[in-house]
Amino acid sequence: MVSFIGRSVVQKTVTLFFVSVLSFLIIHLAPGEPSQVDPLNPKFTPEMVERFRKAFHLDEPLHAQYLYFYRNLLSGDLASWKDNRPVLAKIWERFLNSLPLFIVGTLITWTLSFPVGIRSAIRRGGIYDRSSTFLAYLLISIPGFFFAYILIILVVTRFHVPVIGMETFGMADATLPRMLMDRVWHLLLPSILGATGGIAILSRYVRSQMLEVEGQDYVRTARAKGLPEEQVHYRHALRNALLPFVTMFGLILPGLIGGSVIIESIFSWPGMGRMAYEAILARDYPVILTVNFLSAVLVLAGTFISDLLYMVVDPRIRL
Amino acid sequence: MTEPHKPTLTPSADALEQAPSAPRQGRVQEAWERLSENRLALVGLAVFVVFFVVAVAGLLLTSGTEPVLDPAQIRLQEKLRPPMSSPLAEALTPEEAPDLGIFLMGTDDLGRDVFARMLQGAWVSLTVGFVAVGISVLIGIFMGGVAGYFGDRSLRRDQVAAAILFLIGGGLLASGLTGAGWVLMGAGLFYLVLMAPWLGRRFLTKRRHPTGASGLLLGRALSMDTLIMRFVDIMLCFPSFFLILTVVALLPASIYNIMIVIGLTSWMGAARFVRAEFLSLREQDFVTAARALGVSDWRIIFRHMIPNAVAPVLVSATIGIATAILTEAGLSFLGFGVPPPHATWGNILSDGKRFIFDAPWLTFIPGTAILIVVLSFNLFGEGLRDALNPKLRER
Amino acid sequence: MKPLLSIEDLHVEFRGRRATARVLEGVSYDVRPGETVCVVGESGCGKTVSALSILGILPVPPARITQGRVRFQDLDLLDLDEEALQEVRGNRISMVFQEPMTSLNPVFTIGDQIREAIQVHKKISDEEARDRCVSLLHDVGIASPRDRLRDYPHQLSGGQRQRVMIAMALSCGPELLIADEPTTALDVTIQVQILKLFQEIQQQKGLSLLYITHDLGVVAQIADRIFVMYAGVITEQGSARAIFHEPRHPYTKGLLSSLPARARRGSPLYSVPGAVPDPAHKPEGCPFHPRCPIAENACRKTFPELCDWGDGHLSRCPVLFKKPDKDG
Repeated sequence: MVSFIGRSVVQKTVTLFFVSVLSFLIIHLAPGEPSQVDPLNPKFTPEMVERFRKAFHLDEPLHAQYLYFYRNLLSGDLASWKDNRPVLAKIWERFLNSLPLFIVGTLITWTLSFPVGIRSAIRRGGIYDRSSTFLAYLLISIPGFFFAYILIILVVTRFHVPVIGMETFGMADATLPRMLMDRVWHLLLPSILGATGGIAILSRYVRSQMLEVEGQDYVRTARAKGLPEEQVHYRHALRNALLPFVTMFGLILPGLIGGSVIIESIFSWPGMGRMAYEAILARDYPVILTVNFLSAVLVLAGTFISDLLYMVVDPRIRL
Repeated sequence: MTEPHKPTLTPSADALEQAPSAPRQGRVQEAWERLSENRLALVGLAVFVVFFVVAVAGLLLTSGTEPVLDPAQIRLQEKLRPPMSSPLAEALTPEEAPDLGIFLMGTDDLGRDVFARMLQGAWVSLTVGFVAVGISVLIGIFMGGVAGYFGDRSLRRDQVAAAILFLIGGGLLASGLTGAGWVLMGAGLFYLVLMAPWLGRRFLTKRRHPTGASGLLLGRALSMDTLIMRFVDIMLCFPSFFLILTVVALLPASIYNIMIVIGLTSWMGAARFVRAEFLSLREQDFVTAARALGVSDWRIIFRHMIPNAVAPVLVSATIGIATAILTEAGLSFLGFGVPPPHATWGNILSDGKRFIFDAPWLTFIPGTAILIVVLSFNLFGEGLRDALNPKLRER
Repeated sequence: MKPLLSIEDLHVEFRGRRATARVLEGVSYDVRPGETVCVVGESGCGKTVSALSILGILPVPPARITQGRVRFQDLDLLDLDEEALQEVRGNRISMVFQEPMTSLNPVFTIGDQIREAIQVHKKISDEEARDRCVSLLHDVGIASPRDRLRDYPHQLSGGQRQRVMIAMALSCGPELLIADEPTTALDVTIQVQILKLFQEIQQQKGLSLLYITHDLGVVAQIADRIFVMYAGVITEQGSARAIFHEPRHPYTKGLLSSLPARARRGSPLYSVPGAVPDPAHKPEGCPFHPRCPIAENACRKTFPELCDWGDGHLSRCPVLFKKPDKDG
């Protein structure tokens, strides 16, 4: 076990290193100067551009820039080129905004997908199965922004509830329950949107795993022992079918940084996705690279956790 | 105890002939039969064919300087007209008049004919989908195939060292130290091409494991499989939409860039499938038999293994096309798609979002169109998966 | 003697996409208390399907039981609802399957799985159940049984897993044990051991054994009575002695001739020519006629009835029945 952890950590660190190099190269090989951030801004005199370049080491060779950049990143000194604020602080702030969306969305996804997928598998071919299958396909295929607008139109015209932004203007002075309700209303629609695609995909996967397990010999043995059907399905079959999902749990982690650019744009939600989008528009390299780096860290950490969980849960794997 | 029976118990030859046996079928035919029983998948296929025809027709009807249906004709006096409506103004110049007499799908905020724009956009969606997936499938098959088939061949330490030298040289070159850069690249290349093979022939025999000094220098570094899979892991660390967005935003906007970028960032799934198939196929007896007969590696790969590995790749390709179309629509929506005034379904929807309450058709028409096309691809892909996978057959 | 279990005129079909396979067409066999009955036949003849039908664990959407009865003591198993059937399964009738490698749930210990088999039918404490498991494992010949309780299936060999399956089957003291090719997937040396185990169990516990197999060697060792099955139909039935010494059906004769022990040195081994018919496309008349050396015109058209040779020996070959008692 210890050797596995050791090897894993080393491997992942090496991968992280290559990711950092690759993302650095991708950004810097793009045409256009980062100092063109605000070419129309009259304050950007040529001297200022020069100072800007010197301050951010833009006149030095790439590998030097790389070292400067990551040194600053890891020591927390990295500053955004757009507004000169520390990158990590900016990310943290937006992260806190994205977090409720993420949590609610993930909760909805995982709590709905399993019952739907399991029931579809147990009553395969029945009406429930066929309608949930069709619904799943529909949800996977609909473009997110289109669906968002449909929902917005529905909710706004029927319920007269404001949905844009995180809270309604002026709510800060309202009483706590009203403010909470307001927050909840604003949170609901974007989370549901984020969740729908996930539910569609996850429930299909649950269904196919369950179907595969139901066809196994040991399920037949369980039935032949005289076990009641619920025990056959929910104790013997499910326990095996759920194995891959426990490991998937670790892979939720990268979703933290993800945030959907599109959903946040539509709802004017000031989250991570939009920050990344704005950074791309502004060619704010420090922010872009930091987000990339953090995302890679989360992916690798997530994979690592998944591997560990897999070892814990499946008695056949004991490293 | 009866005597052992002599083998005169053979029935007549024609009795055996006439014995009914199950009809035999080729594998492709069998898969097609299974597929054709899945009505939804057939509907998906039909929709795709219609889409294809519409896209090609759209391309022909809307391109050129004198297009039959003009998607770029601006008529400010006719803006935001609902679908199936006739032009309001009396005095319309001949080029301003709608080519079909009415605005079939209405007009947008610049008075452009939405129907013509939808036709123009269909072709974009089609090509982006197919080219992007084509690229990703090619890369995926190559990577997965090499990892799966040649996986246990390893790279020698000296080869790896020389390759690293080469890459560092390239890096230095890119960052401006041209002199040192060229030297290192040259040295690395020279070593890889000339020295390494010679050294290999001189000091290593295929069978004995190298020991001593030659072992240290020429021994095994890492396997091809590890190398390729690590690369896949690296690529997977990048959040895909974000990466595509970054690259597309930084590069000049063009449809080709979009296609290539989507292709370059979505090959990992196909690579994994192909690798898994190859790994399992490689262990099968027919491959060992072919090898023993002296059949060359490449022939085995192309003739025997790829046809077997095609199934999961085909399925992921159809679903990949659906995803690519959605991605392109998303990019257009954010403003990073194909540059205006060229229409894509994504940017029609994006332009329409400002008028969502006044002119809902500007969002509904492209949105529904995307939905139908993507849905049909998904249904077809799933149907294909069920048809090609004997384990999941509906009994 | 009134039989313990009797299958009467069972018809089972499998709905396929193109055709319907008539897997069982009027199969009847029975098991008396305390005896060992072997159902013999090639792969695909329907013997496993008949066994699964007894316990009602056929996969019912593709499979359909269209006719017949399955009587066990005074119950008609096909009429019982699911709850009543669960009472019978594992408790009064148990089954051991062919593939020990995949028949045990990989995520539960074998102790858990055997205990579950007991506790679903009998209300005893965990402690008692555990003790019972240990003694069961001991009975089936597993060494250090108490330690084995905490093992997972993947830690055991194939032979050991099959013993565990047998222990599980015996846990509630069933009256009938169905064994569906229990040794086919095991090494030959283990096969002998498992077979011996079955014999011991049968003698010690006095239960009835329905043993399904394609291996005539096994049949010769343990069978009291034999039913030969071909293409979903019983072609011959009788006491073990009668079947082996005086086979009265060309198929049975063919099977017996294929035994290596019966071959003559120096001459090629015999095998019945042709192949088992596809259940969806069975020939008209006698199902065996395309491969039969003595088939006559009538065989191609009329489905033969069982002919009684006396002493419970029946065979479905009117051609042989007509001939005076010649070359057996």
